[in-house]
Amino acid sequence: MRDVTYLRPTSLKDAVQLYRTTPGCRPLAGGTDLMVMLHAGVLRPEPRAVLDLWSLSELKGVRVVDSTVEIGAAESYTTIIRSPDVQRHLAALAAAARTIGAAQIQNRGTLGGNLANASPAGDTLPVLLAYDAIVVTDRRAIPIDQFFTGYRKTALEPDELITAVRFPFGRQVAFRKVGTRAAQAISKVVMAVCKSPARIAIGSVAEVPLRARRAEAALERGDIAGAVSAVAEDIRPIDDVRSTAVYRRVVTQNVLRELLRA
Amino acid sequence: MHFTLNGRTVTFEGSGARRLLDVLREDLGATGTKEGCGEGECGACSVLVDGEVVDSCLVAVGQVEGRDVVSVEGLALQDGTLSRLQQAFIEYGAAQCGICTPGMLLAAHVLLEGTRRPTDAQVREALAGNLCRCTGYTKIIEAVMSCGT
Repeated sequence: MRDVTYLRPTSLKDAVQLYRTTPGCRPLAGGTDLMVMLHAGVLRPEPRAVLDLWSLSELKGVRVVDSTVEIGAAESYTTIIRSPDVQRHLAALAAAARTIGAAQIQNRGTLGGNLANASPAGDTLPVLLAYDAIVVTDRRAIPIDQFFTGYRKTALEPDELITAVRFPFGRQVAFRKVGTRAAQAISKVVMAVCKSPARIAIGSVAEVPLRARRAEAALERGDIAGAVSAVAEDIRPIDDVRSTAVYRRVVTQNVLRELLRA
Repeated sequence: MHFTLNGRTVTFEGSGARRLLDVLREDLGATGTKEGCGEGECGACSVLVDGEVVDSCLVAVGQVEGRDVVSVEGLALQDGTLSRLQQAFIEYGAAQCGICTPGMLLAAHVLLEGTRRPTDAQVREALAGNLCRCTGYTKIIEAVMSCGT
């Protein structure tokens, strides 16, 4: 790892300014993804500086604003899990956060990091899709279904920072993650489903966390068998170190059937 | 920059982007903290930051400026007397190769701070981020449960 400059802004305004004016700068929150890649020297282009957002008060907190729950981009999963507002309005988000790593990771992992890293296996990302969450940045609000544009690519501008994620009230979302073990597992298939409005969001089965649009159309008609059948056409799974395409396709259908029958 | 390590103020000069793990071991000589995977999977490098257990391989040292860090060296009393939990690990044979032990101790320490009499399930959940390559989990769990009051 070459020498990387460490920048610690004292306010969001300061952070936005530094991010805009520092070449080769990468935002850093809890470090659960970035510190691994930084140390391994696998980031391209290699960062020249990291912008530490972890302690910015503007990016912390869970609050209720106008019939939405707003969660700061740098708030930890531990705080999210413990939040009474999340438990009451966003049970599936709490369930997803509880499956991420274990205490060490939950104390550091953040929604902003999960979004910016944009891994197809990010465990909260299907949940955000099922809730129709809004990604709030320093300059605009991005609907989550427009956020993921390709493998680890997002709609963020090169100098744009995620500040919060907003969730609507009153949506029943079910969550299920399939991994190798209960803790510390990277998903083979991860799914969040809402029956009404029909939302079927799945991770680890394509180059992006995706909405299964054909399956959603079937579900909207009340055709559960049709949704289970169609979901196999919506996903684009591959063979990799964690699983196979065949396994992922079968498990996706089984998990969807189970969540829709519940 | 400064932070507190096991109750003492320490000074660090250099890039704040370095891993807390490396600064502890290489600059501050606190080699009780071990590196296992370096990817946040194994928990061997667990330390406490402001009382919360974290993987020190994932923390940039700049992020602990002004904060309170406890490594395994901070669990014993000043005179070297082991904590009750450390003593229990010895009594129950809860250490084999020893690489996971510092992290196990710190994760269990946090649990016992918040839960006086943890259940088996609570102990397993609290230690879920700490892997023991020797697979000596049963004795580790027994040692932690023996410290319930």
